[in-house]
Amino acid sequence: MSKNPEFVKFDKVDKSYDGKVLVVKDLQLDIAEGEFITMLGPSGSGKTTCLMMLAGFETPTHGEILLDGNIISNIPPHKRGIGMVFQNYALFPHMTVYENLAFPLRVRKVEKDEIDKKVDKALSMVSLNGFETRMPAQLSGGQQQRVAVARALVFDPSVVLMDEPLGALDKNLRESMQYEIKHIHESIGVTVVYVTHDQSEALTMSNRIAVFNDGKVQQLSDPAELYEKPVNSFVAEFIGENNTFNGEVSDIDKDKCKVRLAEAEILANPISVKSIGEKTTVSLRPERALINPSDKMDNMFTGKVEEVIYHGDHTRVRLNLLGSSEFILKVPNSTSNLELKVSQDIKIGWNSQDARALDPK
Amino acid sequence: MSSETKQILTTDGIPLEVSLKKAEKKNKIKAFLLVAPLLFFLFITYVFPIGEMFTRSVDDKMITNMLPKTFKAMEKWDGKELPPEEVFAGFYLDYKVLIENQTQGKLGQRLNKEKNGFNSITKKLMRQIKRNKIDESQSIKEQIMKVHKRWRNVEYWQAIKRTAPPYTMAKYLKGMDMYYAADGSIAQVDEDRRIHRILWLRTLEIALFVTIFCFLMGYPIAHLLATLPMKYSNLLMICVLLPFWTSLLVRTASWMILLQQQGVVNDFFVMIGLVADDNRPEMMYNKVGTYVAMTQILLPFMVLPLYSVMKTISPSLMRAGKSLGGTPFVAFWKVYFPLTIPGIGAGCLLVFILAIGYYITPALVGGASGTLISNQIAYHMKTTLDWSFASAMGLMLLSGVLVIYWIYNKLVGVDNIKLG
Repeated sequence: MSKNPEFVKFDKVDKSYDGKVLVVKDLQLDIAEGEFITMLGPSGSGKTTCLMMLAGFETPTHGEILLDGNIISNIPPHKRGIGMVFQNYALFPHMTVYENLAFPLRVRKVEKDEIDKKVDKALSMVSLNGFETRMPAQLSGGQQQRVAVARALVFDPSVVLMDEPLGALDKNLRESMQYEIKHIHESIGVTVVYVTHDQSEALTMSNRIAVFNDGKVQQLSDPAELYEKPVNSFVAEFIGENNTFNGEVSDIDKDKCKVRLAEAEILANPISVKSIGEKTTVSLRPERALINPSDKMDNMFTGKVEEVIYHGDHTRVRLNLLGSSEFILKVPNSTSNLELKVSQDIKIGWNSQDARALDPK
Repeated sequence: MSSETKQILTTDGIPLEVSLKKAEKKNKIKAFLLVAPLLFFLFITYVFPIGEMFTRSVDDKMITNMLPKTFKAMEKWDGKELPPEEVFAGFYLDYKVLIENQTQGKLGQRLNKEKNGFNSITKKLMRQIKRNKIDESQSIKEQIMKVHKRWRNVEYWQAIKRTAPPYTMAKYLKGMDMYYAADGSIAQVDEDRRIHRILWLRTLEIALFVTIFCFLMGYPIAHLLATLPMKYSNLLMICVLLPFWTSLLVRTASWMILLQQQGVVNDFFVMIGLVADDNRPEMMYNKVGTYVAMTQILLPFMVLPLYSVMKTISPSLMRAGKSLGGTPFVAFWKVYFPLTIPGIGAGCLLVFILAIGYYITPALVGGASGTLISNQIAYHMKTTLDWSFASAMGLMLLSGVLVIYWIYNKLVGVDNIKLG
């Protein structure tokens, strides 16, 4: 079976609720068959609206949504055959777990034996066998979550939408559920469109991530690229931690540029700057800056330790460096532990390739 | 596994349960004192009047107190033949006391209710006694029997005997169009005089239909209220509550203005040519008027419990129902509707119980065919002054409501009610 790279297609989709503000602007997004794609973004960025348009609960103001080559904008939600896991699970509180799972099959007039088989299979997929007769209220949050996932999958939909399904769970449970959902996706190969505002959730689960802001997709790429190579300062800021320097390009080469800050000049990797004199925000991941760098790095500066915060597996050090007192360093908790003290001067270095000169903030 | 439960002690060695009780005691007393005024108020205004109503409805002590000697003598009388001399003598002595106290009239009236024709023969006997025509040295039985031929009729003495017990269920029987026949058995009144049964049935019928109408109209309104955005739903809520803030009398009066034959609604019908001017339908002083006005007045009692339940139903449930493949109707019927049942139960129970005892509106717009049992109760309270009958019917209404509540509890379960 050849995978359709345009299984779900948003074609120039606009959405406005009040005719004044566009919540989604000119969205162009292709989702491949069997892919796990995450829409990531702060609240109000339009990601949930996209999901609702795909599910059929909202209609695009302009543009078309295609599912497997067919325009679905005029198909009502119950005929789209798209499974959905809701933020608060939306389990039917007056039905047992079995009845909840049987609901999509019963409305499709599936035979009783077949229903039993499918429900059983779906429940074993989320390891909840034996819970058939329980009411949703008798289940824990994590169990309700699994039932919701099983219910969205039980009728073998081609696409499953998940709208922040783990938002209400505590941290440990959320992490284990992340892996569980990922494994279910891998084992049955269904296309998943996942919405979240939690970047670590997006990074661990997805094949590709679409970062939304202000109604637009800022970057669409796989998790590693998103983290390592953010294309603009919003993405850099939103995904992971980030040290920033605001300055002006004073010299530019093919793969290197000089950025003049208030007190010094640093070397950076020109991503979205083209010419001398442009304003830019340079982004550097905290773990890419090293203390007392051994090999030759092309950026070397001295900073003063402002604060040392112990985090168990690593220590965060806040430095006053190049006129900014918000420079963060992550020092892994290894045996060659450094004795860092407040107001001590230390040497910091990083490669210019890791310092990405992006659009100004 | 040991099954014995070890008693847990506090650090001072006092059993935990004792210690807990001690700690809670103060709070319990405080809580009780806070509700005590209400409890007292409830007792005075609710429990006590109902008890009073009950005693009044079965009370029949008047004659028992008036004729002590008669009833004492009657204990030996089998009630088949004319009573023996002692009964006549007892009655004569009792009656003489009543004449001295000038309360003999009440006895005549009361006995007349038991059996027609008593009033005149007791009056006749009174005149004889006042003129000292009765010779106490001779047989009193013979002399009383000579006063009027009815005194020789055993049925009249049987009627007196029937009034002997201090308590009677006669008022309740009357409420159901039945009475104690001469031989003490329960009989139905003639068919053309059975008014109460018609009223009971009509009350049930009107309450039932008003509940149905309220449900049919209230459900969509409540749904709209629960799903509209705040700024519209607030406005709608005010529209629902506005009737609440208007006097009941004013609302009923405005229905009278609207529904009368020369009223606004009829004028409109004539204007659009629905009815001929000389053939305006009667929409008031009959059941139609009662239905219309009561439905409007009781509608908020249906809308508010429904709204409070619907408000808690997450819109994502309907969406889930649809996304799982249910048509909008299936999603509504299988998902939304079952979740609103607690609200439906509460609303229907509330409206039905209120409707079953409704008074002012049917009295004003109901006319003859639209009045309810409560109007009959009021009639006996105010016009015939038969308070014991009014009490009996009031209690019958109350027990009817309790029965409905019991049935409801069996069918739906009271725990499922949600009033807000």
